[in-house]
Amino acid sequence: MSDQATSFVRNDMLPPKEPPSSQVGVVKWARENLFGGWLSTVLTLLSIAAIVYIVWHLFPWFANGVWNADSLTQCREILNGATGACWAVIRVNWLQLVFGFYPPELYWRPILAFVLLFVAIAPVLFPSVPRKLLWFSGLYPFLAVWLLWGGTVWAPVLTLAGFVLGYLVLMAAGSLGTVIATGLTIAVPVLFWLFALGPLDDFLQGVIPLEIEPVASRDFGGFMISVVIGVAGIALSLPLGILFALGRQSTMPIIKWISVVFIEFIRGVPLITLLFTASLLLNYFLPPGTNFDLILRVIIMVTLFATAYMAEVIRGGLAALPKGQYEAADALGLDYWKAQRLIIMPQALKISIPGIVNTFIGLFKDTTLVVFIGILDPIGRASAIRATSDWQGIYWELFLFIGAVFWIFCFSMSRYSMHLERRLKTDHR
Amino acid sequence: MKKSVFLGTLATAALVAGYASATTLEDVKARGSLNCGVSTGVNGFSAPDANGVWQGFDVAICRAVAAAVLGDPMAVNFVPTTGQTRFTALASGEIDLLARNTTWTFSRDVDLGFTFVGVNYYDGQGFMVNRALGVSSATELDGATVCIQTGTTTELNLADYFRVNNMTYEPVPIETNAEAQQQYLAGACDVYTTDASGLAATRASFENPGDHVILPEIISKEPLGPLVRQGDDQWADIGRWTLNALVAAEELGVTSANLEQMAAGTNNPEINRLLGTEGTLGEMLGLDAQWAQRAIAAGGNYGEIFAANIGEATPIGLARGLNAQWTQGGLMYAPPFR
Repeated sequence: MSDQATSFVRNDMLPPKEPPSSQVGVVKWARENLFGGWLSTVLTLLSIAAIVYIVWHLFPWFANGVWNADSLTQCREILNGATGACWAVIRVNWLQLVFGFYPPELYWRPILAFVLLFVAIAPVLFPSVPRKLLWFSGLYPFLAVWLLWGGTVWAPVLTLAGFVLGYLVLMAAGSLGTVIATGLTIAVPVLFWLFALGPLDDFLQGVIPLEIEPVASRDFGGFMISVVIGVAGIALSLPLGILFALGRQSTMPIIKWISVVFIEFIRGVPLITLLFTASLLLNYFLPPGTNFDLILRVIIMVTLFATAYMAEVIRGGLAALPKGQYEAADALGLDYWKAQRLIIMPQALKISIPGIVNTFIGLFKDTTLVVFIGILDPIGRASAIRATSDWQGIYWELFLFIGAVFWIFCFSMSRYSMHLERRLKTDHR
Repeated sequence: MKKSVFLGTLATAALVAGYASATTLEDVKARGSLNCGVSTGVNGFSAPDANGVWQGFDVAICRAVAAAVLGDPMAVNFVPTTGQTRFTALASGEIDLLARNTTWTFSRDVDLGFTFVGVNYYDGQGFMVNRALGVSSATELDGATVCIQTGTTTELNLADYFRVNNMTYEPVPIETNAEAQQQYLAGACDVYTTDASGLAATRASFENPGDHVILPEIISKEPLGPLVRQGDDQWADIGRWTLNALVAAEELGVTSANLEQMAAGTNNPEINRLLGTEGTLGEMLGLDAQWAQRAIAAGGNYGEIFAANIGEATPIGLARGLNAQWTQGGLMYAPPFR
């Protein structure tokens, strides 16, 4: 039996063959995505031609960039007829572009404020950061204002004291009924700020003089002013926007109509009109000789503008919630504010994240509009640089630099919002 | 915080309103600094340098006034203003003096309620064309495309000039001088028109200035000067006579180099009156006797300021032309210091 010829039995598997070269890797990807048909082939070829053309023309401009020169004329001498960017304008002027006219020996103050900004927003942005840091986030606005504008430490401390006073009044007057308690909570701090803040400030300054060198608003400029206006606007417009969104849905007619009129009026007016109002019209209304800080006026206007948009974005989130959520909150016996805080808002805000961040990014970019009222933000500062004999005639380099910095800010905001959406995702889609 | 500052400001506003009747001079002295409105950046006239210090021909006027009034040419808060915000800033009291190459016109002086304190630069609108076009006179510009800044008097002047000469043109509206340069160099327009000083400064910044010509025609009068609010004649006088002192100093040969020596006393009574060693001119203005000395020391006399900021030795390279002393065939003519 052993010599009987056995049919061939394979006892090991053939190694798998390489797929045909047209079915793997780059070639497959290119076949499927770039050359799938005659239309996509033509479009691909046209796109490649366009990209090559653009790179061919722009690459030398970037590659030949001159970094060490003191004026455009020197740049041109160094380039000697070749095409090339004159990045030296940014190297020479970048401190001006960042800080404006802020006194150079005090640059550490805005830098410190900027670094602390990240410490302050970290607990708000990331749950892994210790919750105790939220106390610092609350104190940060006062600290930042003091660091940036300088002056006596007692003004921000006393302003903060006003808020604490309001909180104490709210606690103490809680038994007097909602309307009286709310009225007192608003009235007492306002009266404190109006009448007690000034004398107390002088008194404390007399007893314990704690002061750093004051810096006037007109010395602010460059990216610093964009960040100051942007961050203040963002931080203030979200809570105000929530209030107006709730106000618009309120059943109390006065609150509802105030909210509707505010939102529709502000949304119906271009931001530039509001800025002109802030810088020009207010000057006529206020008594002559009044010095109502221009940056403060701008922050108020930008905040109001963003608030109106924010209110509508959040109203969209509220409208998307099923009615059952409201009814469930009622069924649990929660009062209005508890229901909003625990059930409605967390869901509505989560739905609105893309819209909210959209408004934030828009607001941050809109800060460049202040150039029209004579504030030297990066764009304004760039035209001032261009107005000096050394740099007149330079154009793209400054805009590219400013654009790149704005892109970094806005792109980070956008990435964070996507991260937040993923983190808060609870459905099973 | 914001709210409190707002309310605090309102409260301060109410307090400050009580002082509002004080004169501008008293306000400036009490404040210890002069609020001077300048442009957000015009080459040679007002622009911050790489250290953030304002420099320029208009800036020098602010510094001279600050030196005369406060004794310190650096005691100036420069408030950048745009074409739209400049007049409101002055009218509302945000600034004490506006030195922003502003054309002195009837309506601005009379209707807007300002007082022009003099002319520090006589400008006029001109044209720049590419040399390759072979144009040698503005009368040959029929049918040209013209880059023009919108909302300025230059736009109206251009329309008038072409209508008077029976020519047509196609406007290319642009917003800023920098944008205009890009458009003009990119060939979007044949002609760029703006004030002749601006044209010269723009041409100087080109890679090949020789390829472009500034046509000889000047089609408008643009007397540029500093201005103040109407109604405070003492303050207007201070501005006017500070400017006159700078012009007179050049005429009389007082420079920043020989100022000290001249101030010790000369045998020319007009110099002595100007510099305060004779007479009581300073007292009449409400200032001290050395006001003009300090104004001249700030940046030199009119001729020195001109030469340092926009003169032929600078990249802008403007000739004195109409801005020469009257003795040299120009229009700079200071009334007598007597």
